[in-house]
Amino acid sequence: MLTFLEFEKPIAELESKIEELRHLTDNGDINIAEEVGKLQAKVDRLLRQTYAKLLPAQKVQVARHPNRPHFTDYVGALIEDFSPLAGDRAYAEDRAIIGGIGRFRGYSVLVVGQEKGHDTETRILHNFGAAKPEGYRKVQRLMQLAERFQLPVICLVDTAGAYPGVGAEQRGQAEAIARCIETCLRIKVPLVAAIIGEGGSGGAIAIAAADRVLMLEHSIYSVISPEGCASILWRDRTQASEAAIALRLTAQDLKELGVADQIVSEPIGGAHRDHAASIAVVGDALETALSELRGQDGTTLRLRRREKFIEMGMHTLS
Amino acid sequence: MNWLSNYVRPKIRALVAPREVPENLWHKCPSCDQMIFHRDLEENLHVCQHCGFHMRLDPLKRLAMLFDDGKYETIELPKAPIDPLKFRDQKRYVDRLKEAQAKSGNADAIMVAFGRMNGMEVVIAAFDFRFMGGSMGVAVGEGMLAAAKLAVLQDAPLVVVPASGGARMQEGILSLMQMPRTVIAVEQVKEAGLPYIVVLTDPTTGGVTASFAMLGDIQIAEKGAQIGFAGARVIEDTIRETLPEGFQRSEYLLEHGMVDMVVHRKDLRPALVRLLGLLRYRTPAAEVVSLPNPDHEIPKLGFETAAGPTPTSTAGDPHSSRPEP
Ligand SMILES: [Zn+2]
Repeated sequence: MLTFLEFEKPIAELESKIEELRHLTDNGDINIAEEVGKLQAKVDRLLRQTYAKLLPAQKVQVARHPNRPHFTDYVGALIEDFSPLAGDRAYAEDRAIIGGIGRFRGYSVLVVGQEKGHDTETRILHNFGAAKPEGYRKVQRLMQLAERFQLPVICLVDTAGAYPGVGAEQRGQAEAIARCIETCLRIKVPLVAAIIGEGGSGGAIAIAAADRVLMLEHSIYSVISPEGCASILWRDRTQASEAAIALRLTAQDLKELGVADQIVSEPIGGAHRDHAASIAVVGDALETALSELRGQDGTTLRLRRREKFIEMGMHTLS
Repeated sequence: MNWLSNYVRPKIRALVAPREVPENLWHKCPSCDQMIFHRDLEENLHVCQHCGFHMRLDPLKRLAMLFDDGKYETIELPKAPIDPLKFRDQKRYVDRLKEAQAKSGNADAIMVAFGRMNGMEVVIAAFDFRFMGGSMGVAVGEGMLAAAKLAVLQDAPLVVVPASGGARMQEGILSLMQMPRTVIAVEQVKEAGLPYIVVLTDPTTGGVTASFAMLGDIQIAEKGAQIGFAGARVIEDTIRETLPEGFQRSEYLLEHGMVDMVVHRKDLRPALVRLLGLLRYRTPAAEVVSLPNPDHEIPKLGFETAAGPTPTSTAGDPHSSRPEP
């Protein structure tokens, strides 16, 4: 069952009308097929129009859509022989971040990313994609492994943020994220990150200090959630839509600001309406990015990665 | 191109130190409520003599207390984009910036200085919590990169003293990007084989702890400082219970293995001098050709004090004692 967002109400109404008509077909009325076709065309038009001019606050909802393809969906469809590798070798296995080696379009790679889960059970299992220090330490370990065997790294980012908890603080959440960024900036293998849904603050950049940063068309990436920003700066959480505008957190904003290198188009009506198509375009974009980086000398790669971040944001000077 | 002379030529700024005209001769300790005479407060480095509470220090006081004889030279920082997002909430960000600049006398929340500690050349970057909560935007990132560059050029260790609530929201994603940028700065210092020491002060949280502030070769925390990633209220809302006693304080971090030591402010300078000495002069003293003598050598680039430039700093070429890099 597809969950409809509030701004999709007119679309939802049309679709339920189509559903009703389809049930009527059993009665043998001939005009029904034609009517369904008309309505379907209307739905498509409406989806196209709506999704072409989503407001930032609506993009936030789409990026967090429960039916959106998540890490596991991408890996399942894109990676052969995926072999998950668990644990930080110090404290625990954090299922909020999954990591493993596998084969992507012929080449061995390391894939890491947050998994939000798709139902109550899996959401709890993966802690809603909110990782703890052990998750970020696992990533460091796996990235070092990738470097040792010259495997390119793919990071799929989808998190509301790192987990805020007593245990996480005790075990050094800040240090774990800092070292994770350090590791991203240190490894001498290609590193491509794709923001597939929500890029939430430190928990996201921890695995996204990459050679190439791709963003899905309706994904977001922000220093703070619009709700959090609104409650601090507006002292009112209900001003989140205003904050979403001010923060400039859409893929289109980030491309303009030079933080995202490329926007990957989503199927009409968003990735959640067509998983297969969405995963396929992300796969192609990842392959293109990796093929551009493949064969580059590791030291040069690392130097360019650092230069890219040093330059970042400075062009807005003019 | 000589970066020092062409890019951030250290300027001998006649420091317009807000000459402390104490509004009140007596201060009330925010922790124990006892009254402290302003001279005692200065003498005790803004630590309450009654209860030991460490009050927040502005960067001028911080730098003066760390460098030899309180003398140092501030570095003019590279220009950073102003208000890159044209951000406004209930107030325009540019107006908030102007206010903070007027209040602190600084362009942004970081000051970078060069000077000596027990004769050893050191670069110190100190945060100004009064400046929008010491928050980290592009200018602070530029400050950290400049501090690292200066340390490498001068072959001097880098000491960073953060006091920051984290990322500067008003610069949106660009503030988040200061996390990798400052990590790169630290990496440059480390790759040059130079010590990088962090002195965590009250408060150091959010994106600042999750980047350069937790990557020190040695991590020192001032007594009683609040240090953590997530805000206490956010955590309470998540776990729906009250936080443990002393949570996110320096002593708590020490207990959990997150810092090397917790020091009283009066012991900070001696601790840094001792550590830097150990990391920099690794062979017996006899083999060290010219141990710098703090009494006779002046900092190579001249210096200044809160009272203004001293006569020696303006005499002659400040670079004369060192070949151009
Ligand atoms: Zn007191």
